[in-house]
Amino acid sequence: MSYLSVTDADREEMLAAIGVSSVEELFEQIPPGVRLGRELDLPPALGEPELARHIEELAARNVHTGAELSFLGAGIYDHYVPSVADVVLSRGEFLTAYTPYQPEMSQGVLQAVFEYQTVICELTGMDVSNASGYDGSTVAADACFVARHVSDRRKIVLAEALNPQVRQVVKTYAPGFGLEVVEVPHRDGVTDADEVVAAASDAAAVFFQQPNFLGNLEPAPDLAEAAREAGALAVAHVDLMSLGVLEAPRAYGCDIALGEGQSAGNWPSYGGPHYGFLAARGEFIRRMPGRIVGETVDADGRRAFVLTLQTREQHIRREKATSNITTNQTLLALAGLAALSWLGPEGLREVGETCMALAQYARERVPLEPAFDAPSFKEVAFRTPIPAVETIRRAREQGVHPGYALGRDYEGLDDVLLVALTEKRTTEDIDRLADVLAEVCK
Amino acid sequence: MPAAESYPDDLKYHPEHDWARIEGEEAVLGITWFAQDALGELVHFEAPQAGATVSKDEAYGEVESVKAVSDVVSPLSGEVLEVNQKAADEPETVNEDPYGEGWLLRIRMSDPAEVDALLDATAYRAHVAEQ
Amino acid sequence: MPKVPEALRRSSPPRLPELSEPELVRHFTTLADRTFGVDTGFYPLGSCTMKHNPRVHERLAGLPGFRDLHPYQEDEAAQGALELMWRLQEMLAEIAGLPAVTLQPAAGSQGELTGLMLMRAYFADRGEDRDTIITADTAHGTNPASVTMAGYKLAKVETDARGNLDLDDLRAKVDERTAGLMLTNPSTLGLFDEGIEEVARIFHDAGALLYYDGANLNAVVGISRPGDMGFDIVHYNLHKTFSQPHGGGGPGGGPVAVRDTIEPFLPVPRVVRDADAYRLDHDHPKSIGRVRGFAGPFGVFVRSYAFMRAYGPGLKEMSEVAVLNANYLLARLRDVYELPYDRHCMHEFVLSARNLKREHGVTALDVAKRLMDYGIHPPTVYFPLVVPEALMIEPTETEPKERLDGFVDAMRQIVVEAAAEPELLRQAPHSRPVRRLDEVRAAKHPIVRYLFEEHPALVEVE
Repeated sequence: MSYLSVTDADREEMLAAIGVSSVEELFEQIPPGVRLGRELDLPPALGEPELARHIEELAARNVHTGAELSFLGAGIYDHYVPSVADVVLSRGEFLTAYTPYQPEMSQGVLQAVFEYQTVICELTGMDVSNASGYDGSTVAADACFVARHVSDRRKIVLAEALNPQVRQVVKTYAPGFGLEVVEVPHRDGVTDADEVVAAASDAAAVFFQQPNFLGNLEPAPDLAEAAREAGALAVAHVDLMSLGVLEAPRAYGCDIALGEGQSAGNWPSYGGPHYGFLAARGEFIRRMPGRIVGETVDADGRRAFVLTLQTREQHIRREKATSNITTNQTLLALAGLAALSWLGPEGLREVGETCMALAQYARERVPLEPAFDAPSFKEVAFRTPIPAVETIRRAREQGVHPGYALGRDYEGLDDVLLVALTEKRTTEDIDRLADVLAEVCK
Repeated sequence: MPAAESYPDDLKYHPEHDWARIEGEEAVLGITWFAQDALGELVHFEAPQAGATVSKDEAYGEVESVKAVSDVVSPLSGEVLEVNQKAADEPETVNEDPYGEGWLLRIRMSDPAEVDALLDATAYRAHVAEQ
Repeated sequence: MPKVPEALRRSSPPRLPELSEPELVRHFTTLADRTFGVDTGFYPLGSCTMKHNPRVHERLAGLPGFRDLHPYQEDEAAQGALELMWRLQEMLAEIAGLPAVTLQPAAGSQGELTGLMLMRAYFADRGEDRDTIITADTAHGTNPASVTMAGYKLAKVETDARGNLDLDDLRAKVDERTAGLMLTNPSTLGLFDEGIEEVARIFHDAGALLYYDGANLNAVVGISRPGDMGFDIVHYNLHKTFSQPHGGGGPGGGPVAVRDTIEPFLPVPRVVRDADAYRLDHDHPKSIGRVRGFAGPFGVFVRSYAFMRAYGPGLKEMSEVAVLNANYLLARLRDVYELPYDRHCMHEFVLSARNLKREHGVTALDVAKRLMDYGIHPPTVYFPLVVPEALMIEPTETEPKERLDGFVDAMRQIVVEAAAEPELLRQAPHSRPVRRLDEVRAAKHPIVRYLFEEHPALVEVE
């Protein structure tokens, strides 16, 4: 086993230094009744070549986005991951360090997280970002905990057009927080601000998504205004890749902006690991969950970075902490930083415009009725004459994955197919999608 | 500059390392030298609002250093008349002058008899010596 | 070209970096150079299990069949991924000695929270009203934080003079309101609880459950199983025991295994096998729901699965060497630092620098900072809270004896320096890119993003 480097001679010397005759003696503190007393029933060890072959075989049994023409999105997107992200991911120092508790050893990763926080604040317009949460769903639960502590109210309002997985996670966490969850239905694919006002009259926070899960642009400023009018926090779930063309949530009155970071710099990777981002107005800084890096100086006055406001966190505040999070998603967030830095403001705007143009092209080219009237960003929902799951099955036989069946989450939308267009798709790809859909929906 | 250790004779003390200066029906509250020394340089005082009610033996706020946080326990019950804004804005004041400029709250006592249950300086010094 | 409605359109561009690719690459390379990882050197950060991360894992997790697989791909087109997860569940179940596993939780602390939610669902299903969770005074801060987030009340049990749970204190605190215990075993003191069978009996007799915090599982894989110790719910830290790289703070993975009585409440979706096909199963009406997106952090599963397949049943040797390495360090340092609990340790141990503080005014923090000058990442300091001036040291199994000896030499030399030249330690480190930081300033006047307004020259260039 090549991961271990203690030789037999070492072992003897070490046992002698400890003053025992065998390793077994060290385990005598374990009561005999709870020792295993047999070998673990696991498959036999594999050498690296055999291991690689076995796992390559498993990988080969998956149909990935390079093996069929895929228009799947619905929260995880096939945007281009620039090669500079690999620079971050492949450096052993970033890969194998842990949380920078000792800042003198970790200035590089601390500075990188500070830059990540800056980028998130810039994109969302907020004052403070944490160093990442687990994903786009758990940061929403984190935000509920923030709302729970800054308000006496015990209700959370979720727009139904918010990502279903995000809503499910919020509902799983809410009882522990003593929060009740209510949902505001979508009307023709968007959320109605008047209904939000009514639902939020005694709510701590209102969550909506821009662009929403159905692919549509919400009247986001009206929804934020509705939340504030009701005295609730306005929380926007946003897509980083949209924020070169769509307004920053803070600019239209949101208190908290959060979301799934995968679209910026992470591969789909069958659902993770990715990073959730969470940013807020400055007044909530002491209620923020998770790590935050701050700028300071060292003993010689040099600019330097350190984990700050740690008294919020579990290792100090324990049962009163703002969250239990410890391990976060730093490496993935840094890949996001690399990708967004590589794009720059112009590149991000261009990606957004390209996505919108492709979505428009798909609207014109695909021989199906759009399901909603609202404008879209990079996803378009189409009505299919047969159930959407059947459309998907038939189209995949032609080598095209046409998208996501919204009926999986929404009653009455069994015939709606959500098609995602990233800058990696071309007009020719969309032509092929259109042809295949025309054929399978006959 | 942190203050030197002292426990003035004219104050009353709570075992959770808080002090009270009785001024008629009012009392001024703060944390003792021992408390600020145990925490280190303070960076934040999470204060209640004027008008709030504080209860004897219960926390009314928090003080934080970089690596520690502690509840501030009220030695007496009453209504908050004033919060020391200087302690909130420059919490190191509490380290520098815990019994003077670093006071935390002024309250109107709701049960002045509670004063009798507090420790005097001699008893509190003995309590600190046991820590 | 379609237009964003004006009310929704970005009004001012985000101030993102504007660099050429070569400058961007240099920037991140410079930052990497200013970061210390396991790849750089010895990293005995107690409780974090900073072991070597085999590089083949990165190659395997990056295979297009995994990396480019969309999580909404149809089950029949993701059979390899589902099989990998199913096999990982089976192996984790065997290691815990518990039959049912969810891979969904994103990290250890989310595993904890999931475990507590499972307890709540279990008792609600039985119509029992229990509101208190007991944790040890040596517990990681995540335990009490998770208790609060799950809506439970917290009670603490003390540690006895041998470093075990104080059984008398425990008996006095466990009653019909107790939902369960959260325990790390071996504890954060690096000691296996010798009374664990009695502990389990006390809770089970009261109808309560036991939760195993797997932070220290690296000590006992193949040697003692949490399920056999009496635990009903267990979380694993894939980034500790099973070698997912720590990534400068994450990602991790926090699967949870449970006894069959708790299985109906596991999060959905679950990965199941029907005959020779694998699928995601959402149909569990008693489930607590979803705790994270999709089926979990899949890329982490690829790495941990590869790690476990490379060892096979030899995972036991991994734990044996981890324990051997820790005891060797302990044996060679116990005469110069204080040892609060005089026992053989498991995979880690806690020393106290109280003697240096008393004799020379040198603290555990000073020792930690001075270690940096020897090219070693400091251990965990000031934890667990029950030990003053604590130095919590976990070497892991992947360190050769030469590295351990180098650490011993440095730790012993620091004791000599503490007596001869204490200021050298108080001012340390001397060899890092920065000296000690002004953390008070960072906390009092938080600067948590780049202040463009204070750098007008740079903004002008834009």
